[in-house]
Amino acid sequence: MTGSGLVRILGALGRFCIQGVHAMGDGAVLTMRALGHTLRRPWQGRHVVLQLHALGVGSLAIIVVTGAFTGMVLALQGYYTLAKFGSESLLGAGVALSIIRELGPVLGAFMVIGRAGSAITAEIGIMRVTEQLDALRMMAVNPLARILLPRILATMIALPLLVAVFDVVGIAAGYLVGVDLLGVNAGAYVAEMTAKISNHDLNGGWVKALVFGFLIGAICTFMGYRAEPTTEGVARATTRAVVVASVSVLVMDYILTSFFL
Amino acid sequence: MIRGEQLSKVFGEVQAVRPLDIHIPPRAVTAIMGGSGSGKTTLLRLLAGLERPTTGHVWFAGEDLTAISERRLFALREQMGMVFQYSALLNSLNVYDNVAFPLHEHTDLPERVIRRMVAMKLEQVGLRGFEHLMPSELSGGMAKRVAFARAMAMDPAVVFFDEPTSGLDPISAGVITELIRDTADTVQMTAVVVTHDVAAGLAIADHVILMWQGEVIARGTPAEIRASDDARVRQFIEGRPDGPIPFSRSTTPYAQSLLEEA
Repeated sequence: MTGSGLVRILGALGRFCIQGVHAMGDGAVLTMRALGHTLRRPWQGRHVVLQLHALGVGSLAIIVVTGAFTGMVLALQGYYTLAKFGSESLLGAGVALSIIRELGPVLGAFMVIGRAGSAITAEIGIMRVTEQLDALRMMAVNPLARILLPRILATMIALPLLVAVFDVVGIAAGYLVGVDLLGVNAGAYVAEMTAKISNHDLNGGWVKALVFGFLIGAICTFMGYRAEPTTEGVARATTRAVVVASVSVLVMDYILTSFFL
Repeated sequence: MIRGEQLSKVFGEVQAVRPLDIHIPPRAVTAIMGGSGSGKTTLLRLLAGLERPTTGHVWFAGEDLTAISERRLFALREQMGMVFQYSALLNSLNVYDNVAFPLHEHTDLPERVIRRMVAMKLEQVGLRGFEHLMPSELSGGMAKRVAFARAMAMDPAVVFFDEPTSGLDPISAGVITELIRDTADTVQMTAVVVTHDVAAGLAIADHVILMWQGEVIARGTPAEIRASDDARVRQFIEGRPDGPIPFSRSTTPYAQSLLEEA
């Protein structure tokens, strides 16, 4: 590689890093400004509930389906592995721990990003393109309080609830496959599961869901709010929101897992 | 009513508005006219406090919009209304809720009173009975009229109009133009109208500001503008393609660029 080629690559890398840091700072400031309206009048409670309904209820079906198939495939894979060591009775604990500690929060977050996060970015981006955000400002309504805050709070509240549904459905589906299909003893399945799961595991799952919900809300609203005001800009912002939110969830998952181990 | 001092706005390398002083008189219609890209919409957004100027100050009701807090700016905006170029109706709300939106946000009036006020505003724009329609079900002219009713909902001291007649058929454009003039006369409203529609601008305005390349090139009453002997003003109001305002924005001759490519 020539010297000038290396300089170009380093330059591009530097620009990417600076833009990334700038966007993170901008997003953090915007989110904090939006959250600053939480306890300020006018209250946004009604709008939080409306968003909670749109995001939470709207994502319920996909969460149930994903949870069910995740539990079923975990039971199949777990049985295959545990049978080699004659430890099939541990299947319930394995399935439940995997779902509660890891797969529930992470897969639940991915489903909410795909189903609701992208919609949040596109909706806010379109409001920007069509000057609806400016119209709100001119009607003396702050879009940070009215548009961003309810969506951030709604994802923070909705994701732990959806993850709870994911966990229950996943564990139940794992039971059906493990006990009814593969013949694991029902008593052993439930007894091992209840014995091996502690409050610490459950709390870790809730905290992850809460943090992921905050990340999804903050990233998806920020991307929409800062979308270039063109149709292409909104499309790019939506794609970027899904990618950045997904990667952020995985990075934060590692950090939280190392903290809660 | 509104005053701009040494207002300018730069976007990247583009100087949208060059430093200028502007005064919007109260209880009158001021038309800011000019061709596409002349900086008139940017100037309107600066006056409304939607953009921060690169230099200068905007005074409204004795307060500098560029220096006050965000909270104070939102409080002052309760005295302002704006009709956007593409109406900017809230997509998720029907006509009634769009017009009632500012009333729901900023008053504690009972719903039956708001209902009557909305009916009055919609009657004013000739759309009473269309409360249930969604923005996607409205024509361009109807959407503009709903936006007008919404902007007037709080009886603001000043209303900004961004290209109120663009994209409308002649009848709808005429209705909107008359509506602005009649309302300004009836309620003594201050109106700032940005338009490139020469006929509409000169018909409704008490004062005209003509812009070109981010600068004010003429100001005065419609009669003074019509009588102006400035070649740029004459070219604009007569709509002639040839004159000091060039049609092409290219900085180099086409022949030269072809030769360079060869």
